[in-house]
Amino acid sequence: MLWAIINGSVYKYAKINMPTFNELKKNLKKDFSNYKKIKVALLGDTATQFLKQALRGTGFEKEVDLDIWEADFNQIERQVFDPSSELFEFNPEVIIIFHSAHKLLDRYNKLNPTLQNSLAITQLELINNIVITINSQLKCKIIYYNYTEINDSVFGNYANKIESSFLFQLRKLNFELMVFAAKQSSFYVCDLSSIQNHSGKINLFQPSIYINTEMILKIDILPEVAKKTIDLIGAMTGSFKKCLILDLDNTMWGGVIGDDGLENIQLGSLGIGKSFTEFQYWIKKLKNRGIILAVCSKNTESVAKEPFEKHPDMVLRLDDIAVFVANWGNKADNIRQIQSILNIGFDSMVFLDDNPFERNIVRENINGITVPELPEDPADYLEFLYTLNLFETTSISNEDAERTKQYQVEAERVVLQKSFTNEDDFLKSLNMVSFIEPFNKFNTPRVAQLSQRSNQFNLRTVRYTEAEIENSIVDENIISFTFTLSDKFGDNGMICVIILRREDKDNLFIDTWFMSCRVLKRGMENFVLNAIVNCAKENGYSFLKGEYIHTEKNALVKDHYFQLGFEQATNHWILEVNNYQEKKCFIKTKYINGT
Amino acid sequence: MEPNKILEQLNEIFKDELDNDGIKLSNDTKADDVEGWDSLTHIQLVVAIEKKFKIRFTSKEIQSWKNVGELVDCITRKQLS
Repeated sequence: MLWAIINGSVYKYAKINMPTFNELKKNLKKDFSNYKKIKVALLGDTATQFLKQALRGTGFEKEVDLDIWEADFNQIERQVFDPSSELFEFNPEVIIIFHSAHKLLDRYNKLNPTLQNSLAITQLELINNIVITINSQLKCKIIYYNYTEINDSVFGNYANKIESSFLFQLRKLNFELMVFAAKQSSFYVCDLSSIQNHSGKINLFQPSIYINTEMILKIDILPEVAKKTIDLIGAMTGSFKKCLILDLDNTMWGGVIGDDGLENIQLGSLGIGKSFTEFQYWIKKLKNRGIILAVCSKNTESVAKEPFEKHPDMVLRLDDIAVFVANWGNKADNIRQIQSILNIGFDSMVFLDDNPFERNIVRENINGITVPELPEDPADYLEFLYTLNLFETTSISNEDAERTKQYQVEAERVVLQKSFTNEDDFLKSLNMVSFIEPFNKFNTPRVAQLSQRSNQFNLRTVRYTEAEIENSIVDENIISFTFTLSDKFGDNGMICVIILRREDKDNLFIDTWFMSCRVLKRGMENFVLNAIVNCAKENGYSFLKGEYIHTEKNALVKDHYFQLGFEQATNHWILEVNNYQEKKCFIKTKYINGT
Repeated sequence: MEPNKILEQLNEIFKDELDNDGIKLSNDTKADDVEGWDSLTHIQLVVAIEKKFKIRFTSKEIQSWKNVGELVDCITRKQLS
C-alpha cells in the first residue's frame, strides 16, 4: 500500500510518495519469488527499455512478478502480423502496446496533405487489425496507451476548426479509441494523455534525450506511467478497491457535529462548505458505480446520523451508506466489524480520515487497508485523491449499483440472526429462493465479472473472460449454472457460478465453483451440490470430481469438498452420485430454463 | 564551483544511479572503465546530473564527452554561462 502513504509534513500540503525511477530500478534486484507471476509483452514504436524496468520495479511495490518480454525497437506490426513471431511464442497474459504521438506525427508529416484528414481513421484501422489478429491467436488482454497531445502550431487555434490539423486528428483518435475500447472486451486504454494533462508536456518529454535515444518518456515520469499501467494490470487480475470507509467530522463536513450542532457544520455552496459538498458528490459517484460506502466515526450514533437525515446540503444520505458505525470505540476494531459484515478483504478497502492519529492507528493495526494521508486543507482533498487513482477497475455491471442495498440488507440480517437461538429456525425464517439458469447472453457479463473478482470462495480461481464464457454456451462438453439468492430482506443477485466439464462418460469435473461470500452460512453450498448432483445423475454420470487449488486468498474453501462428503483421491476429490443423500437446506428452487 | 568539487558530486551521482559504492571517478575515467555505464544508463546519469547541477545539456553535448574530465569541463562552462 506504499502508494497511498504520503511523504512530507502533515501540516503543509501532502505530496504523493511516488518512488523515483532509480528506486524502482533497485527493486529489480529484490526477491519476487512470493509474488504472483504475470507474463507481459511490451511492444513500442520508440525505445522502451526504461519503461520495462519501471514496470517491473513498480510490480515489486504492488507484489506482482511481471515476467516482461520486450519486443525489439519499433516491431509492433512485425510481431503482431507474423503468426510465428516471438510474441506469440511467448504467449503473454497481457500485451502492452505503445504507439507514440511522436511517431504518429511523423506519419502525419509524410502524408499527402489531401490524406491528412484521414489519419485518425487509418490509425484506428491499424489498431483494430492488431487487436483482431492478437485475439485470434491469444487469450490475453491488451493495454494500449492513448496519445499525448502535441500541438504543432501550424494552424494556431484554428487547428480546432480544421479537420486536417494534427491536433484535430490526434484528439479524434483519442476519442475514437474510447469508443473502440467500449466495444472490445479484451482492449483497455491506459490514459497516458491524462498523465500529460496533469504533469505537463514539459515533464513528460525531453527533446535532447529523445534525439539521442528514441526514448519518448522522461525518466522522472516513468514511475507514474508504470503505476497507472500496473493499476490496470492489478485490476485485471482481481486486485481492486471495493469499499470506501469514511470518517465524518472534518472529513464529510466542516466542524464537529457533536459540538457545533446541525446548523453550524460547514456544508453547501458557500466558503469552505463547498469543499465538502464537492467531495461528497465525488463519493456519491463512486457509490453509484458500485463502491460500497461505510461510515466509521467517533460519535454518538444518533448525533452522527442527524446531518444525513436533516441537513439540506448533505449529498450523501443514509441509504447511500451500507454500514454505519458510530461509537466511541477504537476505529481499528470498528473497521474489523465493518469487514465482518461486508466479508471482503482489507486490501480492497480505503479509509479516509482527516485525523493523522486515527489514520495511523488504522494503518498500523489493519494489514492491507489503504489509508491516504489526506492533505490538511479540505479544499485539496479532491485533487489529491484524483491523483492516487485508487478505484481502478476493468468491468462494471448493473449489479454494482445495487450492491449498497444488498449490504444494508446483510447488516439487518446480522441483527435478526442474533434473535434466533436455532440456526435452522433462522434460515427457515429467511424464506430464501434461488433461481438457477445456465449461461446465456444476458448473464455472461456478470459471470465474467464475478470470475475476475471472486477470490475467497473460489475453488480453482481460473479466471474467464466474457468471450470464453460466451464460447462455453455452445460447448457440448460443458454444463453451466448460475444461482441467484433472494430472501425476505432482498435480492442478492447472482451469487454463485458452476462450470461442469465432461471428462468421460462416467466423470463430470467441477471446473469452476465460486460463490459470493455475502451468502455464506445460508446452506447455499448444500443447495448447489444438490443441484449439480441431480444434473450429473440425469446425464448418466457416476462421479463428480472436484479440485481445490490453493491461492493466497482461498483458504476459506480448503476443506470444502471434504465437508460436503467427497472422498479424497490423489490430488482431487470424488463424489459418487448414485449414493448421494440429498443435503438439508432451506432454499426453494426455481429453474429458469433447464439444462 | 571548483572542478574537484564537481568531480566529487559526480562520483556520488554515479554511485547512486549505477547502484555501485565502489565507483571512484577521476578525470581520466572513461565509460568502459565503469561497470554498468552503458548507453542506456548514460541517459540516467545525464538526467541526474542535469537535476543536481540545475543545468540542461544540448543533444550534441550528451554524446560528446570522451572522459569524465570533459564532462566536468562541460558542467563548469554551463555553470559560468
